[in-house]
Amino acid sequence: MEPDADTSTPGRITRDDVAYVARLARLNLTDSELDGFTGQLADVLDHAADIEALDLDGVASTSHPLPLSNVLRADVPGVGPADEADHRLFCDEVLAAAPAVEESRFRVPPVLGEAP
Amino acid sequence: MTSETTSEMDGWEVVIGLEVHAELATATKLFSGARNEFGGEPNTHVDPVSLGLPGSLPVLNEKAVELAIRVGLALNCSVQASEFARKNYFYPDMPKDFQISQFDQPINGEGWLELPDGRRIGIERAHLEEDTGKSTHVGGGGRIHEASYSLVDYNRAGVPLIEIVGKPDLRSGEDARAYVSELRAILVAIGASDGKMEEGSMRVDCNVSVRPVGEDELGTRCEVKNINSLRSLGRAVTYESRRQVDLIASGQKVEQQTRHWNEEDGRTHTLRSKEEAFDYRYFPEPDLVPVAPSAEWIDEIRAAMPLLPGERRNRLAEEAGVQPAAAALSVERGLDDLALAAMDLDADPARVLVHVENNLADGQGALTADAFAALVAMETGGDLTATQAKTVLADLVDSGGDPASLAASHGFEAMGTSELEGLVDGLIAEHPDDWEAFVGGDEGERKKKSGFFVGQIMKATRGQADGRVVNEILERRAGNA
Repeated sequence: MEPDADTSTPGRITRDDVAYVARLARLNLTDSELDGFTGQLADVLDHAADIEALDLDGVASTSHPLPLSNVLRADVPGVGPADEADHRLFCDEVLAAAPAVEESRFRVPPVLGEAP
Repeated sequence: MTSETTSEMDGWEVVIGLEVHAELATATKLFSGARNEFGGEPNTHVDPVSLGLPGSLPVLNEKAVELAIRVGLALNCSVQASEFARKNYFYPDMPKDFQISQFDQPINGEGWLELPDGRRIGIERAHLEEDTGKSTHVGGGGRIHEASYSLVDYNRAGVPLIEIVGKPDLRSGEDARAYVSELRAILVAIGASDGKMEEGSMRVDCNVSVRPVGEDELGTRCEVKNINSLRSLGRAVTYESRRQVDLIASGQKVEQQTRHWNEEDGRTHTLRSKEEAFDYRYFPEPDLVPVAPSAEWIDEIRAAMPLLPGERRNRLAEEAGVQPAAAALSVERGLDDLALAAMDLDADPARVLVHVENNLADGQGALTADAFAALVAMETGGDLTATQAKTVLADLVDSGGDPASLAASHGFEAMGTSELEGLVDGLIAEHPDDWEAFVGGDEGERKKKSGFFVGQIMKATRGQADGRVVNEILERRAGNA
């Protein structure tokens, strides 16, 4: 690698990129936070630039770290507590843990916008 | 429903591409052993995976993959190695805050579906994904933007779906209905889904755009959601295409939007515009490994496929000597096996198809192929009129039995030809002017007068004469046969 080559510059993340990602994640960031995170995120992403600098011709892209495919299970009902009473207990416990429940359903704040 | 071919639409071409989601008919969910069943007490068909509890991990359902491959084969798709991806969004219908779907590597690539009229509609892809939970919006008349809160049931969350993305090859609401109807018939035939639109196990999103006739480039499209029946689909396409043409005609532009079909007011309404479009930040699902079905497995699934509706139409059409479209209704009613069996017993194919289409709308009931063939033989042999045959057929559907004795019990005695000849001769003597017109008239006049004579004979015999035989006698008396 050339000592002067700055491989990170061309694709370096901008403040606008960070603001966009924050909006997608529904994070409300202040201006100073945006500045701070832009620098930090850029440093993190520079690590990817290190990999990009390697000669990877002839190396197949990796979709998963494990060399496995077709891990399947049979279409048979039942997980964890197989007993009907245990399952009932599980469902009740789950609902009991929710902040608000109505008619056995989770009660959530109003939804602003349609599902995708 | 207004027609798309009225004057305002003249000069415009409607372009439609459909995305169809169908729930796969498995016993359990896509990534866990929780039950896949419609309804049920809320939040009982759940487990740690479908609730997105921390530490839970998805494991892929083999049956769901098999059904997805069946769909791919039925739609002539390339079945290929595939991967899962996370589709991220904020909405409480997925407790994980993402949906596991397939993105750049779907299990089924390009293919096509053939409509009953023989046109091929392109398929872009057909991929696996999990269904979401069901939200009910409370307050504000159930409208999402005015609701005071929402209730969520995760029984449906994680149910396996196949999403079938069609190419923009459809050109009218009728086309769209024909496509969805054929797709549903295929999904049901191969056992992939029950295809019930009213229960939401099959859902249709509709991309509509318009362009001047002759234009190659596609216009700006809108996606219409919330279509719950074939009828709504036709109405929504008609409304939306007209809305777009009206916009352009008044000098405005169509904005790329997602719109919501409202069944009550028969309109589509803005749901969100392109600027608000979601960025789903797809990335490979780290908890699942790739699915690469082997050639052997695909062959095994192919070998077990039943005949598809199109193949059944062709089979029946060939046997009956008609066009495949003429066999469509018989196949749709699931009566093609009965029709074929009756034809095998030498029943006249044309009469068989007529009865299936006109007189067997509610299915075959107690009717056997033997009785059907015997009935048609009596009819074509002149022992029963078409009307009498219909009556006997209804009896056979209700409770089975022997066509000959049923006909006798109705008093449908075959009227001898000589008896009929006597009646015809008497009628000719009573109406010499009509007879002259029949003998000497042009084709239209002959038709009219034969109708008159046959009608009179029917009246005299209270419908027991065979119209075809009466016509033969008339022709013989006129010296034409």
